[in-house]
Amino acid sequence: MTLALITEAHDTNTTALVIFVALFALVTVLGFVASRWRRAKLDHLDEWGLGGRRFGTVITWFLLGGDLYTAYTFIAVPALVFGAGAIGFFALPYTIMVYPLAFIVMPRLWSVCRANGYVTPADFVLGRYASRQLALLVALTGILATMPYIALQLVGMQIVLGALGVEGDWPLIIAFVILAAYTYQSGLRAPALIAIVKDTLIYVTILVAVIYIPSKIGGFGAMFDAAEKALPTRDTPGALIPAGANAQVAYATLAFGSALALFLYPHAITAVLSAKSAQTVRRNTALLPAYSFLLGLIALLGYMAIARGIDPSDPNFAVPDLFLNVFPSWFVGFAFAAIAIGALVPAAVMSIAAANLFTRSIYKAYLRPQASHGDEARVAKIVSLLVKIGALVIIVTLPTKYAIELQLLGGVWILQTLPAIVIGLYTRWLHRWALVAGWAVGMVVGTLMASSQDFAPTYPFELFGTKINAYTGVFALTANLVVTIVLTLVLRRTGARDAGDDTRAEDFDELAEDAVYPVRGAPAPVA
Amino acid sequence: MKDHPSRWWYALLALPLLGLLYPPLYATRDPELAGIPFFYWYQFAWVVVSAVLTLVVFLATRRR
Repeated sequence: MTLALITEAHDTNTTALVIFVALFALVTVLGFVASRWRRAKLDHLDEWGLGGRRFGTVITWFLLGGDLYTAYTFIAVPALVFGAGAIGFFALPYTIMVYPLAFIVMPRLWSVCRANGYVTPADFVLGRYASRQLALLVALTGILATMPYIALQLVGMQIVLGALGVEGDWPLIIAFVILAAYTYQSGLRAPALIAIVKDTLIYVTILVAVIYIPSKIGGFGAMFDAAEKALPTRDTPGALIPAGANAQVAYATLAFGSALALFLYPHAITAVLSAKSAQTVRRNTALLPAYSFLLGLIALLGYMAIARGIDPSDPNFAVPDLFLNVFPSWFVGFAFAAIAIGALVPAAVMSIAAANLFTRSIYKAYLRPQASHGDEARVAKIVSLLVKIGALVIIVTLPTKYAIELQLLGGVWILQTLPAIVIGLYTRWLHRWALVAGWAVGMVVGTLMASSQDFAPTYPFELFGTKINAYTGVFALTANLVVTIVLTLVLRRTGARDAGDDTRAEDFDELAEDAVYPVRGAPAPVA
Repeated sequence: MKDHPSRWWYALLALPLLGLLYPPLYATRDPELAGIPFFYWYQFAWVVVSAVLTLVVFLATRRR
């Protein structure tokens, strides 16, 4: 069993390995201790799967940041910048645009979920549209999009292990078994606590890197000059500045489409719902751009690798090889631990989110409607294990290429839940069967488009003789919206029956939650 | 009693999208800032600007 991506032989680096293992051991202890943190009975899905919905601004900031900026991001974004240049930088406008959008939408989702005890976005869809089928589709889409994402966290870990000279699958399997054990035990509390360590390690690593490495390569000016010379000579020529309509439309639509998709992912919504108030969510979207700045700097590591003359067999090794080249061993261990621990937090939250979806929308909705809170928590814990085993099997048995392609498709798929979730937060006008049809069209169109382009992220669409080269997800979402809206008009016109709505207008008021759920220490609002 | 602050504040949140969704606006090498091409420092600047805008909207739309 050899892993597809690990094609590069690295010497074992003992000092780095010792530091790496020590930090890994530290977060393992934290993961288990987390079950006693803010102690509560963990046999309730609200407690195991949402940390009791009690996380304040600081913990939510660490958890969301630790959850959204994954180990794979740290490897893949600079790898794309290293290999293709400016197009890889779309990650920056993507994370800039995501927070204003999240600021508007997410507190509303938090409020309606808190008021009705919803644990997942599919729960909200069930309540809003009174449609088990639509909720099932949203849940399945979430699980499907999440599985390859978890698998890619393993890829991130695999790459740093490979760069440390650790051979074989066993270290990866052991790391994942440990992760599975404390996620089972502590639920969302484990990644919340570990995220504090993870984010601190990452911030230190990147700040040291962007201050220290430029001094070794003659400054930022020399770095961009080196990149400008090297990029056009790639097999697929890259560029320092995106030139021409094709590259620019791709850039903008990738950024915008990804921004729309991010907060539809179950792991993002799980972290949002674990906040203690809608105010906490709102405040966080103003504070999270600190991570965007960090991500921009991480992207620039790709150019630093070019300027330093790093020549890896696979672009994914650009950053690990750069670190091995410029840093002393002990700091390499520190930096690699930051990336590997960066895989644990999202993997844990993703598996919890998928488990919550399965438990509510499949187990409780179809298999055992009379399930108690204890049953739900028990099933979710077991499913979180199964989800991780599934991801591990994907990575160990299939070429990594598939996991990457599936993750790309996952982004296109998750966007298809936007009409039901996001538009549903503002209006109940869309007909539930129109939403089902729109979802189906979006899924099929997106999948066919992506596979026809050999899973490149963009599709050259011809409209009235002009070619528009844009992100596949945006096309699929457009098709979805057109079908949903047209069909709603038709169904409303023909008077087709639509089901009810369990939510009340006041449930959505994100500014009112202080009155309904008093925050300790806060003065009572004037009502 | 409803005392919703003005919803117009939310319009500020459209600015980062307007500033970034049209790359011809910023896909140039010049003017450079300390050797950093415009394309790069312009987008980094938007991180700070959009964070400030979000904070302003957050503060302005709280229910007092």
